[in-house]
Amino acid sequence: MDYRVEPATIARFVRERPFGALVVVLALVLLFDLVAGLLTGDIATATVATYLWDGAVVGVIVGLAGIGLSMTYAILNFANFSHGDMITSGAFAGWVAAFLVAGVGRIDVGRLVILGGRNGINAGTLGTSVTNTPLAILVGFVVAIVLTIALALLIDRLVYRPMRDQGAIALLIASIGVALALRYLIAFVFQSGLRPVTATDQIPRVTVPIGTGGINVDAHEVTIVVVSLLLMAGVHLLLQRTKLGTAMRAMADNEDLALITGIPTERVVRATWIVGGGLTGAAGFLVVLERGTIFFQLGWILLLLIFAAVILGGIGSIYGAMAGGLVIGVTSRLSLVWIPADFGTAAAFVIMILVLLFRPTGLFRGVTTA
Amino acid sequence: MAEAAPAPGAATEGADRPLRVDGLTKRFGGITAVDGATFSVDGGSLTGLIGPNGAGKSTTFDLITGVQQPDAGAVYFGDHEITGLRTHEIARQGLVRTFQITRELPEMTVLENVMLAPHGQRGERLWQSVLPGLRGKVVEEERALRERAWETLEFFELDHLADEHAGTLSGGQRKLLEMARVLMTDPSVVLLDEPMAGVNPTLQEELMARLHELRAEGLTFLLVEHDMDVIMSHCEHVIVMHQGRVLAEGEPAEIADDERVIDAYLGG
Amino acid sequence: MSVADATDRLRDVFDGNDVRLVVGVFLGIYVTFIAVSVLLGFDLNGTVNTLRRITFLAAAYALLSLALNLQWGYAGLFNIGVAGFMAVAVYTTAILAGAPTASPPGLGLPLWAAAIGGMVAAAIVGAVAALPALRLKADYLAIVTLALGEIIRISVLSRTFASFSVAGLQLGTGGGQGISIPDNPVRGLYYLDPSNPTAGTTPFGSAAFAFFDTLTVPFFSGTGVNQTVVVGWTYALVLLVFVGLFYVLLRRIGNSPFGRVLKAIREDELAAQSLGKNTRAFKIQVFTLGCALMGLAAILWQGSQGYTSPGEYLPIQTFYVFIALIVGGAGSNTGSVIGGAVFAAFLFEGPNFVKRLVGHLFDLGTAPNTIVDAVVPIASLEIGPFLTYVIGNIEILRPVFLGVVLIYLMQRRPDGLLGHRKEIAAAVDLSKRGETDG
Repeated sequence: MDYRVEPATIARFVRERPFGALVVVLALVLLFDLVAGLLTGDIATATVATYLWDGAVVGVIVGLAGIGLSMTYAILNFANFSHGDMITSGAFAGWVAAFLVAGVGRIDVGRLVILGGRNGINAGTLGTSVTNTPLAILVGFVVAIVLTIALALLIDRLVYRPMRDQGAIALLIASIGVALALRYLIAFVFQSGLRPVTATDQIPRVTVPIGTGGINVDAHEVTIVVVSLLLMAGVHLLLQRTKLGTAMRAMADNEDLALITGIPTERVVRATWIVGGGLTGAAGFLVVLERGTIFFQLGWILLLLIFAAVILGGIGSIYGAMAGGLVIGVTSRLSLVWIPADFGTAAAFVIMILVLLFRPTGLFRGVTTA
Repeated sequence: MAEAAPAPGAATEGADRPLRVDGLTKRFGGITAVDGATFSVDGGSLTGLIGPNGAGKSTTFDLITGVQQPDAGAVYFGDHEITGLRTHEIARQGLVRTFQITRELPEMTVLENVMLAPHGQRGERLWQSVLPGLRGKVVEEERALRERAWETLEFFELDHLADEHAGTLSGGQRKLLEMARVLMTDPSVVLLDEPMAGVNPTLQEELMARLHELRAEGLTFLLVEHDMDVIMSHCEHVIVMHQGRVLAEGEPAEIADDERVIDAYLGG
Repeated sequence: MSVADATDRLRDVFDGNDVRLVVGVFLGIYVTFIAVSVLLGFDLNGTVNTLRRITFLAAAYALLSLALNLQWGYAGLFNIGVAGFMAVAVYTTAILAGAPTASPPGLGLPLWAAAIGGMVAAAIVGAVAALPALRLKADYLAIVTLALGEIIRISVLSRTFASFSVAGLQLGTGGGQGISIPDNPVRGLYYLDPSNPTAGTTPFGSAAFAFFDTLTVPFFSGTGVNQTVVVGWTYALVLLVFVGLFYVLLRRIGNSPFGRVLKAIREDELAAQSLGKNTRAFKIQVFTLGCALMGLAAILWQGSQGYTSPGEYLPIQTFYVFIALIVGGAGSNTGSVIGGAVFAAFLFEGPNFVKRLVGHLFDLGTAPNTIVDAVVPIASLEIGPFLTYVIGNIEILRPVFLGVVLIYLMQRRPDGLLGHRKEIAAAVDLSKRGETDG
């Protein structure tokens, strides 16, 4: 491959894609500013490295959740606004299971099942963490996945299947209804309010020295990254190596095929909800593992970020969703270098809006989609 | 982009040939739908555009009316270029088209559909319709428009359906509605994409007679039709497209005998 | 003026049948809530206050639904950033009208100027958003408007804007604490100093209060209606007047060539363009006007509360307006009014009143603290605790109920109550051909 960039090529790029050129320029300016800040000591290397690490952890979860959203968007042809609350459902289901395994015998089951109710359970007493109670975490993780799959299939049967022939907007609105119903059912059962979930002081952590400071890395973050990458690898294998995966890719990738064949077969639809739902449940469980707390709005407030990741990556592109997740995660953290903390998520939204306006097919379209 | 200065020799050119395309090209991914199409349409004529399926006729219409932008080539309307203008700008200048798959507005009534059409309605400006003093004039215009619309519907024998939602019409009725609508805009050049499909033969004859009348008044029609009888008996000039290019053109009798045309239809 | 002229003019303002419909719905709501009040043992004041509250909410949602109907019902623009535009209008009004000595400080403009400023701000934000975004497909527009609404909310919530200075002026949004809004002028009708009722009443106020203080109505217990309720009812009536104004405006817009083009854009934008309509210009105008109207509705709504905070502008607020509109029937202005009323009275306030009714009529005891405590007794066939838990948490269940309603509507009745009606977009009556008029 010829890596030389001719001036003529640059000129043509600027002319044909003025917005793309602007983005590149802006990115270079910011990069320059960042590097300058690092060199002059204005910004500590450790700070930037922390942002990158934190961003990657968040990003990998967002990416995981994004895969499910991207798949339903491409195959079922609607923007699923209840996706965030599916994440929440998986999270609650998984952590109830984890609590039960971790605390049975020691703490009253009635309290465990509702994650301690309004007052919570002293997580230190319960001692849930990856190293302390690995079985509980594992069980919780599996339960989160299984339950979210079941929930997704149930909701599809009750809500979306009777509406298969209706337009994307009707489905979108129905999914808003599902979102409201799910979210507040969870609130009804578990009550509002933040609930501690992991014994944060019992998690092994390590400070990786960088520059004058260091990045705090704890076992949960490592677990999350490893598990997410494994899951993504699993999805990759599924899509590339199995017949079902090929069918799904075909439906997601090739709009014309979808148009010709009309509504996708129920089997592909079911597979979409299963794979997507499973990943969503996993993402929910992992998000809470990272935060250490859980509450009923958890998934909803992530929804727009997940949409941002999916749109950036190109709807229907699995790899795009993963990459988009990373970009969103890192942006929301790295933007703190330049803008106040209040606006971290707003920055990600702005990027999403710009992508939708100027390159709605996503940044990564054109790369082979999964 | 449309230029202010007319092309050389355009003054007479424009009047004689109100519509001209030159080297129109359009690619979709790997497929070249229109490949350097060049033809012109005489003023006041009823010109036919025929060709086997996939010849690029509808895409050419799209390119002419700004629904798609050509990758190369130009479109001239009268004495100036209109390549790159947007659809509504082109329609405002008097170049309109009907669609092969009708785009009647199904939730609106037939009468609403027809009253929608004319350009520059005073009431289309928000404040004219809303402010008390100004609205009176809008109402007056609407009354006159309503009358005109009824007359048009009567001619097309759609008046008994005036209050029906356009979506409930039969296929042929929808074609008529599209034509009625388009004629309400007082156009100078009309592109008709299979306007006769599903229309009963008696009405077809009446319609063609009406088109001839309108021709005499100065309208120009470019007609895509698969019904060869219509083309042969009514069009004085026929353009044949094949694989995105103009294969042949001439009088209907010439075209009917042309070997290349016969091959194209048989070979496909 | 000929008969045809007169009927066309009248048709512009309202349709006799529609007025009867709206009045009928309101009457039905009032009768229901009078019955509920009686069952709850409310006295005259309590009943009148209940009706006031319902009327106020119904009017607020009617206003918002009418504005959203213009954007979505007519032009097909799927805007789920409604809450954001509401925030822009209310916060701008609060900042413009706030006293320079208040915390956070404002510009001290008179209320009417501030309100206009709020509407203009909402319109400008709407226009700026519309310019690039309106060419997006409906679902992308939905995501963009939702994101925009959230960016607005994040901004007014942020510490950065809680207090800032521009051109030497110290201003602020109050951040998470919220910002106060000047007293609504209706109070000025009754009190010499609207911010201080004890300072004395105006002649009108004195007379009115005197009348209502001693009012008795047969069949209702208690005497008199409180001052606050009287003032509150006046405000609700003002809101109803605005509902009428909005309705007339939107009806005019709908029954006109402009409205005709909007409907065409909603159904098939390319067809409209092929007929020479500059659809982009129409969409931008509609979006901007709709946002201004939403802003005004929000100002009228929040304006009476004296205070606002970012929590009022969450996306769920937008969803509530959508539900109101869909219930009534998107595309129908009358539907928007009825939808707003039905939503406010039965869907929104309904659960509260169910709770109070059940609590009043049955002795349920204290609600269990957790759902476990509520559910476990079912095993021994005691459903009391569970019912009490449900009633006690009915406010949390309300969105569940609304979500299910939304799903049901989308599946079975996407047209809502009145959306199936043919509301003809023309400035004259199309069912009559031109007769012998002048």
